[in-house]
Amino acid sequence: MIVFIIRRSLQSGVVLLLMSVLVFVGVYAIGNPVDILISPEATPQEYEEAIIAMGLDKPMWSQYLTFLNGALHGDLGNSFVFNEPALKLILQRLPATLELAFGALFIAIVLGIPLGLIAGIKSESWVGRSIMSGSILGFSVPTFWVGLMMIMVFAVMLGWLPASGRGQTTDLFGIPVSFFSLDGLSHILLPAVNLGLFKLSLTIRLTRAGTRENLQLDYVKFARAKGLTNGRVIGVHVLKNILIPVVTVLGLELGSLIAFAVVTETIFAWPGMGKLLIDSIGVLDRPIIVAYLLITVTMFIVINFVVDVLYSVLDPRVRLGEEKI
Amino acid sequence: MSDKEQLLVIENLRTHFFTKIGVVKAVDDISFSVNKGEVLGLVGESGSGKSVTGFSMLGLVDPPGRITGGKILFNGQDIVSLSDDGLRALRGKNIAMIFQDPMMTLNPVLRIDTQMIEAITAHEKVARRIARERSRDALSLVGIASPDERLKAYPHQLSGGMRQRVSIAIALLNKPDLIIADEPTTALDVTIQSQILYEIKKLCRETGTALIWITHDLTVVAGLADHICVMYAGRIVEQGKISDVLDHPLHPYTRGLIGSVPSRNKRGSALYQIPGMTPSLLNLPEGCAFRQRCPRADNDCLVCPEITSEIEGRHLRCFHPHVEILHE
Repeated sequence: MIVFIIRRSLQSGVVLLLMSVLVFVGVYAIGNPVDILISPEATPQEYEEAIIAMGLDKPMWSQYLTFLNGALHGDLGNSFVFNEPALKLILQRLPATLELAFGALFIAIVLGIPLGLIAGIKSESWVGRSIMSGSILGFSVPTFWVGLMMIMVFAVMLGWLPASGRGQTTDLFGIPVSFFSLDGLSHILLPAVNLGLFKLSLTIRLTRAGTRENLQLDYVKFARAKGLTNGRVIGVHVLKNILIPVVTVLGLELGSLIAFAVVTETIFAWPGMGKLLIDSIGVLDRPIIVAYLLITVTMFIVINFVVDVLYSVLDPRVRLGEEKI
Repeated sequence: MSDKEQLLVIENLRTHFFTKIGVVKAVDDISFSVNKGEVLGLVGESGSGKSVTGFSMLGLVDPPGRITGGKILFNGQDIVSLSDDGLRALRGKNIAMIFQDPMMTLNPVLRIDTQMIEAITAHEKVARRIARERSRDALSLVGIASPDERLKAYPHQLSGGMRQRVSIAIALLNKPDLIIADEPTTALDVTIQSQILYEIKKLCRETGTALIWITHDLTVVAGLADHICVMYAGRIVEQGKISDVLDHPLHPYTRGLIGSVPSRNKRGSALYQIPGMTPSLLNLPEGCAFRQRCPRADNDCLVCPEITSEIEGRHLRCFHPHVEILHE
């Protein structure tokens, strides 16, 4: 296990380094932020000064090394717009995005696994078929459109739920969260459903496929032959086998939920880091973009690691470093 | 056949599968009985309906298959008409089953102890500790060394033979009246095969458990069973005492089967083969299903032969049995 962690950390370091080079070069290529940040009436002299102040006069490799040096000391540069550390700005927005992502994941798991089980067990009946048709819809309808429709129906026409913002937040260990108050919950519901819809469909499909596959296997028949109740056969024997692929995929998808919550955050004006990223791209705020991407990569790495550990908990056959008895 | 000790009586059982391309008569009008503590060998080729017969007795026939007729009387009670709950209570408690492939029958993600204890607690309210002790005893009974450690193992940590021993131990846990063994030694090495065979035989004799041994291997049944049923294309073509049937096979199919077992006496000569192939159950020939492969078939065989009893204790489905060998 320790060897595994060390090897994994080294790999992660290489990935981060490569990623930082790619991101830096990419962001460098998309344009000169000074053109946007400085007012058109500025004199050429002011223009030069701004460039020097931001360190943009130096060659790219030099800029990269400066950035890398800072990054190693935990400083990802100051935002051009806010003139505050980029890392701090992003971390301020992180809880909102995490909350949204986990809300979406929660919906996907809590609804997806039971629905998938039902669809798998009763795959021939109308119940199973309607669940599957619903999941196809969830897959194929674009997120932004569903978000807009949800605002139309639940916020504008019915007026049941708020359309934007985060609502009242309460502090949990100094981090503001929404899900402790009714107002906060009502604010998070629509965006979480919106963001989770795709993952919900995915979970349903994965669970259904796993259920159908596992129900055919001998161990299910053997479990029934032992006289176990249907609930135990499905809820323990089958479910534990299905969870292996579901956890793997959902773990990976959690990363993408966090990273690509951008669309949902924009639609519902959710004050998360996705919205910050979109705003920053608009004004070419390089440090924020770079910091955002690096944080996202780090999160992917961490999540993958957690998934690997979880995987070994679920599947004894891949348990790490265990010897045969 | 009015033996007091009859444990299981199957009368005219039919299990059919209703598939999109037609009705598969996997089990078609079979009758046999098993007495308490007796061993019955159910022999036939792949696809002759032996396994489906076994699953029918537990009510575990998967859709689109279902029992369409007949009775399965277990201790006088008809299993076919039992509710789901009634069946569940019977499974594992009164009738246990051992499957063919030990690599597939144990759940790969659950520990052996979980899989054994649940088999006990499904039928009795006992403390986990007691259930665990009973599981450990069952493991040592089937010849597993250091059972305490094995209880904590996962199936992938055990060898094939060991896993089959675990399945047998699970089958024995609730001291059932009947164990249905569906080719339990087919997937194992020959050496392990004979060990397992020996142990099951011993255990059944000690506990008075009746055994239905499903196999395609005549040599396995020869040393094990008291009675034998030979199945062909969903029907029992010949049944009787094991020594009678093996020594004097009357049905041409049984003769063919016995003839095609390699033996030392026939060294050097080509092995006998029954001509032709097993017919598809979807498209059985009219009349006797064995007609097209049978050297004795004639126009009589275009009608399905009824069960006849030429001699005491022997049942046959054939118009032209080899009765002459009885008078030799």
